[in-house]
Amino acid sequence: MINIDNIWVLEIAGFEIWITETIVNTWFIMLVLILFAIIARIKLRTFKEVPRGFQNVIEIIVETFDKFVTNTLGEELSYIAPWFFMVFVFILSSSLFSIFGLRAPTADWATTFALALASFLLIFIMGLKHQKMDYLKSYIYPHPIFFPLNLIGELAKPVSLSFRLFGNVLSGTIILTLYYGLTPRLVQFGIPAILHAFFDVAFGAIQTYIFVIISLMYVKTAASD
Amino acid sequence: MEHLAKVIGVIHIAAAISLLNGLLTTFGQSRIGVQAIESIARQPEAADDIRTAMFVSLAMAETSGIYGLLIAIIMLFANPLVDILVSLL
Repeated sequence: MINIDNIWVLEIAGFEIWITETIVNTWFIMLVLILFAIIARIKLRTFKEVPRGFQNVIEIIVETFDKFVTNTLGEELSYIAPWFFMVFVFILSSSLFSIFGLRAPTADWATTFALALASFLLIFIMGLKHQKMDYLKSYIYPHPIFFPLNLIGELAKPVSLSFRLFGNVLSGTIILTLYYGLTPRLVQFGIPAILHAFFDVAFGAIQTYIFVIISLMYVKTAASD
Repeated sequence: MEHLAKVIGVIHIAAAISLLNGLLTTFGQSRIGVQAIESIARQPEAADDIRTAMFVSLAMAETSGIYGLLIAIIMLFANPLVDILVSLL
């Protein structure tokens, strides 16, 4: 499970496109999330003033996350909450994916780096949108000599964000692989549940929260003075 | 084959050394936890803010430990220099 399996190779115009385990698992998670979103969208027509049942669950999830983002960012920046809601749900469900003994998509650096790069672009765009030229001035803040240092500090953000999530998920994956590989069949029922609860559920939830809140804080520092 | 065994032994020792930064990372994280608990005991009404700040600082402190872990994993499983080292011996 330490190596990422390659399932099949597509050849398009001379380029080899590798469809790896990560991509297939990501598609599966996307399918589940999109189906859930479509069901919620269809049910949205029948939503009433006083929530009941399914509507209650959806409203609690969305309102909790909106409140969390508004508390962190403030009222005027909270319109980016839907993007971070997507990131939160995706990372959390891909961490929970490895409960079923499959490889979590976030145990591949490509996935986490893509998410961190999106956060990085969002930081840049939000900075330009809310501060205009003042944001670009922050790159040469005390003096233009400091431009390389500021640039390195800025480019380290997506790298550290992605490595933090990747390292945590990968360490859990490796420990569980070692457990399944080294122990006899007899103790492979029941006991791994504790390890899964610790490394997948607890670490996954904490790291998801940390990824989102650190991205939010970067956006906040970029967008407000 | 003998050279490869030597190189892999050295790589394992190097991975163990790179994981030693866990000592200081854990020490820093324990300091953060102690301070957060003290602050919550002093001001229980600010517990939510302190908890958020604690998680963020814990994640920041954990970064160096994660870097050490990744370096160890890369040295053990995806080392690009093994062939060069074997040919040098």
